[in-house]
Amino acid sequence: MADVAAGRSLIPRLSTLSRFTFVDVILWALRIGVTIVVVGGTIGTLYKGRYVATQWFDLVMFGLTLGSVYALIALGYTMVYGVLRLINFAHGDIMMTGAFSGYFIASALDYSGFLNSNPILAMGAILAVAVATSTTIAVLTERFAYRPFRHVRGLAPLICAIGVSFFLEQTFRGLFGPSIHSYPDPKWEAKPIVLYNFSAPGAETPIPPLTVPTVDVVVIALAIVAMLVLYTIIQKTRMGTAMRAVSEDTDAAAMMGIDVNKVVVFTFALGGAMAGIAGVFYAFVFKQVYFFMGFQPGIKAFGAAVLGGIGSIPGAMLGGFFLGVVESVGPALFLDGIGIPAPYQLRDLIAFTLLIMVLIFRPHGILGERMAKKRA
Amino acid sequence: MTAATISRGRRHKRVRSPFHRAMVTGLVFGIIAVYLAVVGILPMIHERAIIVDLLTMAQTALLAIGLGAGAYLARGERHHSIATIVLNGLIAGAVAGGLLALLVVAMNSIDLRSIFISLSPATSDMLTLELGLGVAVPLLVVAGAVLGVLGVLLAISTPSVRKPVLVGCMAVLFFGVFQELIQIMMQFNDAIGAVRDVLYTWEGLTPEGAAIIFIIATGASLLVTRMQVRSAASGTTSWWQSRNGQFAKAGIAMLVLILLPILAGSYIGQVLMLVGLYILMGMGLNLEVGLAGLLDLGFVAFFAVGAYTTALLTADSPHALAAFTAIPHMSFWMAMPIAVLISVMVGVLFGIPVLGVRGDYLAVATMGLGEIVRVVVQSDAAAPLLAGAQGILQIPKPRIGGFELADPVALFFLTLVCAGFAAYCAWRLESSRLGRAWMAVRDDEDVAQALGINLVKVKLLAYGLGAAFAGLSGSIFAVMLTSVYPSSFQLLVSINVLALIIVGGMGSLPGVIVGSLALVGLPELLREFGEYRYLFYGVALIVMMRIRPEGLWPSATRRRELHDFAGDLELEEPPPAVVAEVAAHAEHRPGE
Repeated sequence: MADVAAGRSLIPRLSTLSRFTFVDVILWALRIGVTIVVVGGTIGTLYKGRYVATQWFDLVMFGLTLGSVYALIALGYTMVYGVLRLINFAHGDIMMTGAFSGYFIASALDYSGFLNSNPILAMGAILAVAVATSTTIAVLTERFAYRPFRHVRGLAPLICAIGVSFFLEQTFRGLFGPSIHSYPDPKWEAKPIVLYNFSAPGAETPIPPLTVPTVDVVVIALAIVAMLVLYTIIQKTRMGTAMRAVSEDTDAAAMMGIDVNKVVVFTFALGGAMAGIAGVFYAFVFKQVYFFMGFQPGIKAFGAAVLGGIGSIPGAMLGGFFLGVVESVGPALFLDGIGIPAPYQLRDLIAFTLLIMVLIFRPHGILGERMAKKRA
Repeated sequence: MTAATISRGRRHKRVRSPFHRAMVTGLVFGIIAVYLAVVGILPMIHERAIIVDLLTMAQTALLAIGLGAGAYLARGERHHSIATIVLNGLIAGAVAGGLLALLVVAMNSIDLRSIFISLSPATSDMLTLELGLGVAVPLLVVAGAVLGVLGVLLAISTPSVRKPVLVGCMAVLFFGVFQELIQIMMQFNDAIGAVRDVLYTWEGLTPEGAAIIFIIATGASLLVTRMQVRSAASGTTSWWQSRNGQFAKAGIAMLVLILLPILAGSYIGQVLMLVGLYILMGMGLNLEVGLAGLLDLGFVAFFAVGAYTTALLTADSPHALAAFTAIPHMSFWMAMPIAVLISVMVGVLFGIPVLGVRGDYLAVATMGLGEIVRVVVQSDAAAPLLAGAQGILQIPKPRIGGFELADPVALFFLTLVCAGFAAYCAWRLESSRLGRAWMAVRDDEDVAQALGINLVKVKLLAYGLGAAFAGLSGSIFAVMLTSVYPSSFQLLVSINVLALIIVGGMGSLPGVIVGSLALVGLPELLREFGEYRYLFYGVALIVMMRIRPEGLWPSATRRRELHDFAGDLELEEPPPAVVAEVAAHAEHRPGE
């Protein structure tokens, strides 16, 4: 098997040497063009010096916050892909279900004042409900929509996943209305954490201190904790070992007496739990919840999963953080420099370009060892 | 075989109550009913009457669910005695009704409305028939049980009874649901207008009208069944199945398409026009997905390119190219071919980077490309050229001589001509060398390449030609709206087109038409459903993939493929019935 793969990758390499077609020319032009924009924009922006260091710091912190959300979602994609070779298109919407259920708890707690009097307990309650909901929905989706396609090749599973995504979105739209619900503002969010005071207290012209929004710190810290827990589960528990075995080789794992069905359900449950946490954080950061909110982060997180190497769990985390930072810093760093007006409107452009570039040029990602073409 | 026996044996170890299946069926159908209520579909369609003051659409849906529970149950239990099946139907119906009753109780005891927006007092009134909880709860359970039994009886009755009854009910439903449309069409003549007065009030069917339609439809169905039986007995095939008959059928369909908008006016013209645009796009995507197997979720980009090119070339606005370049103002007829050409170029340009991307990754990559186009068009950065979120306005309608195609009906004919032409191209492409190459690539890229198919050329042609159809559609779309906005080119359009070719049948031209009529025409006609159309799409995608992956009107090849596949599975150990059937076929064949 390994020999065949090596032979396969060798043949196109030889043929590219002998025949450099117009397709290669265009692909190279694409690479060079994107590189020029990135490098040129960076130089331009730094030369102009429109942003000061604290602003860069803010952008990076926001990027890490966003990235931790992406990473949590990407974990779900990557685990499911590892086990089933299926792109769970509806995973972003599973995040949305977590965000929605968390929202209803949060607003109820806010109404009763509990959210401000006991912030830690309240956060725990919100997370617990969100995780419970999204895990349930993820498992149900697997049971009713994906299991019948377990052994179907071709486009049918993906199309069914698109259908599930629409079904979840529109169901939530029907249940809770099409409007944007605004998330409650707990008091602890209002005051940023001061990292470093540049000027002594009581100075004449105080330099603004280096601060981080409390939300960012909480989100990043909790996300890292969640990821560590997940990593321990996968590496240390029996079920985690079974999961790794199934994603290595489903048939062999089944022959060793592993109940593949159980493993798949477990994978969906873990992914759903991570998505639920991500949903709560996403809602906390952006302060809004609506039925279509899962789509964009879902697609981007898929990009993050591919970027890190789909099937690889550390890869998904890395890819998520990387994508978040690039998306947050990118408009200012790359686009402002080449004189594009309103670069922040093009934030998604950067994320999607990154996604496409990865899919085209490095489909096995940064840490991925598996060939991405395996499924095709 | 042994493994199967073991697993079957294990499954049977768990002792289930004889009513297990009835309970589960009842629960499933009850959950469907509760879901429809909570999501807000039932409250919405409750506004619409099928039979005035007697039956609303929501009540019809609930009746159908009750009957369906019974019928579904009876289908799988033929070997039981009739009494058992009826009892099972009773239980299933009662369970389904009981779930609804639980919902009603919950609604009246807890304030659910602050979370579930559809659970308003009006919904409660709808489910309780304003009778109060004490009466309504037992009533729901009893009604469910009765309906379950009726469903069972309907399912186990002989076809000669079942079919006419079903046809009659369907006819009443059809005339009730599409009453608005039918009434508009009945207005044009006094004699027919008198018929309309008997059948309809402006809200829906009158009870007498419903009865008349039911009797006529049932009678007609009885007659047709009898004739079919007779012709089958005499062994002659009907004229309709002959080649001439096929042409006659196509001719009649064409005539209906031409006459319908003229008779029914501009509203139907508008709807059919939209259907036509989606047919155009569907045929384009069909080349990519259905024939070449390239799942393209960025298809809307080509539609946008067609629309924006037409707008930039023809509009009377400061954003038109004529306003600041040497390119002159063009008429629609000049701009349309250019729009198509540019779409083809963009299609090829899109195709090049994703040539090496396969399967699921291709879907995500193309979706990313489509989103990039939308983000760019919407942004301020491209606003000087593409007008940003404000859009390009004042696109003139096309003219032929002195006649302006301003009316939706006139534009519909334009769409019809274009769609006809495109369908001819698509039809010819399908069985051409290129079409066969596409199918080879769809089935196995590596094998196709090994057989000497130039993957690059073939794939780029698929993207380019697919884009041409979308560009044409976009071009007409621009003159239809006389303006283009970036918000018209959402990812949803791509999904919409994908859904319609999947529902119709991948790789099948008639399937595209059926799919557009079902997914674009129907929600447009049932305007209340507009809100829920995407829910419907999602369900349609899942259900079609599970139950009928070949689509409503599959192409001949695909039907054969799936059929062969099923045959392979049965080869190992054909059940005696199949053997007998095959033998019977073998005997028949020489006689033909």
